[in-house]
Order: sequence, then structure tokens, then C-alpha cells
Amino acid sequence: MTGSANMIGYGLAAIGPGVGIGLIFAAYINGVARQPEAQGRLQAIAILGFALAEALAIIGIALAFVL
Amino acid sequence: MTFAGSLVSAADGFVAPGPSNFDLPPVFSVGGLEVTKPMLQLVLAAVLVFGFFYATARQGSMVPGKLQFVGESAYGFVRNSIARDIIGSRDFIRFVPYLLALFFFILLNNFFGSIPFVQFPTFSRAGMVYGLAGLSWVVYNAAGIRRHGFLGYLKLQTVPAGINGVMLILLVPLEFLSNIIVRPVTLALRLFANMLAGHLLVLLFALGGEYLLVHGAGLIKPVGILAWLLFIAIAFLELLVQFLQAYVFVLLNAMYISGALADEH
Repeated sequence: MTGSANMIGYGLAAIGPGVGIGLIFAAYINGVARQPEAQGRLQAIAILGFALAEALAIIGIALAFVL
Repeated sequence: MTFAGSLVSAADGFVAPGPSNFDLPPVFSVGGLEVTKPMLQLVLAAVLVFGFFYATARQGSMVPGKLQFVGESAYGFVRNSIARDIIGSRDFIRFVPYLLALFFFILLNNFFGSIPFVQFPTFSRAGMVYGLAGLSWVVYNAAGIRRHGFLGYLKLQTVPAGINGVMLILLVPLEFLSNIIVRPVTLALRLFANMLAGHLLVLLFALGGEYLLVHGAGLIKPVGILAWLLFIAIAFLELLVQFLQAYVFVLLNAMYISGALADEH
């Protein structure tokens, strides 16, 4: 069973960013649906938010391999 | 891992791919310096990006041909939708060459993970990305220091607006840590870990499918075919991620530059 606990831990840790990214894109889709002409501005912000939330998952996977 | 292994029940022959799969042996060595495949890919990508933009911009005619049109659309994408939108129309033009080169250099290096016969994303080795992140750290800090002076820039990055008193003692070290020290690390880790994890996933489905198909007993074999179908789907997902990560890297670079140039509020 070596290494399995790490992977379970990483799976649990990925829930948070997963929910976060879902919320970010939900808000983005909402925004575009309400005001399609704002898509250009919203897209950059959505992708930035996605990248920041994803960073947590990425740090998690790095630690899952390192620890 | 061991659970899935016991289902297949063969004499535990399957070794799951891990980070050690990314330690490639050196291709050749020059005077003790061992040259590996990712290093060659970096050089190849630089040559290809330079060659592409040189070839498309060489003619420079008023009515662009097909090749020039492709080059100019690529340039226009980075110039307008990344640099101008984020940095603002006052200062962006100075940073366009850097952002353009960075975007296509990273994009090509990421696509190397999916291009047949190359099939190794250069930035799945952390050292390669630290170089890029270090470069962007120098660029945005230098831009900020030139605009505001050293102390002014430090104040801009570490003292949040509208906060005073005791909270500053707490916030200034945090802001310094987050804006000056941790930034290049997360920038590098994001690209590196995405490339590593994505390639690992593709590797796992390819090798696992092969193992199930060849060594699996009876009814297990069709699962191998399923794994290969998923492998194809994930390879396409990888293409999307590779583009997205190059975009995000350059977008964040532009954000940091625009944050460094911002006026005091």
C-alpha cells in the first residue's frame, strides 16, 4: 500500500479547487448570458480566477509526489 | 494502485508510470556537460519560433499573403487580447515583443508533448520552467522599479491601499511574501505540474491499456481497448490544456507587469 495514502489525500484536496473552478465558470457563464458584449473582459478575469484556484490543486499534486 | 493490480492478478508485472519516467538519459555530452532531450527541444523551439516570425514578417507588404496573414493574426492575438487588454494602451507596446516570444515559445514547447516522435513536454522538467519564471520576475520587478523608483515600488507592492495602523504590521510581510517571493514559484509550478500531470495521465492510459490488453486474462482484455479509447480522448484534452497553460502563463505575466506599473491609488 505504499504511496496510496498520498493519493487519497490528494484526491480529497482536489475537491476544493474543483468546486472553486466550477463556481468561477458558473459565474462567467452567467455573466456572458446576461451581457454577451462583456465576454472579452470577463474571459480574461475568468481564466485568471481559474488559474489561481487551480494553483491550489497544482501545489497539492506537487506535494503528493514529494511527500 | 495495488487494488487494480490484484484484479489483473498477473505476477505484478505492471509498474505504474511515475515522475521517474521523466528522467531521460543524456543524448550526448560535450566536455562533461550532458545534453538531454528537453534541452535540445528548447533550442529547437526557439529556432522554430524565430524562423516562423522571420518568414512571416520578412515581406511586410501592405496586402498580406497567406503566410503573412497567419503571422500577423498570431501577433495580433497576443498584442490585442493579452497585452493591450491587460496592461492598458499607454505602456503595453514595450512589452509586446517579450509576451509574444514567451507565448509562442511556451506553446510550442507544450505541444512537443503531443507532436509525434517528439512526445515529451519540455516543461515537465521543473528546471526549465524556473528559468522562465525567473525571467518574468526580473521583467515585472524591473518595470515597476523603473516606473516608481525602488522604495515607491516596494510600497506599491507591499502596502495595501486604505489600511493603516496595526493591521499593516500583519499585512506588509504577507503582501511582500505573496507578491515578491511566492509569485514566481507558483507561476513556475503551475506550468510544470500541469505538463507533468497531463503527460503522466496520457502515459498511464497508454501503458495501462497495453498491459491489460496483452497480459490481462479473458474478460479483462476489452477493458484495455476502453483504456485506449480514453487515452485518445485524454490526448485531445491535453492539447487544450497545453494551449491554456501557455495562455495563462503569458496572461499572468501581463497581469504582474500591469500591477507593477499601476499608479498609486
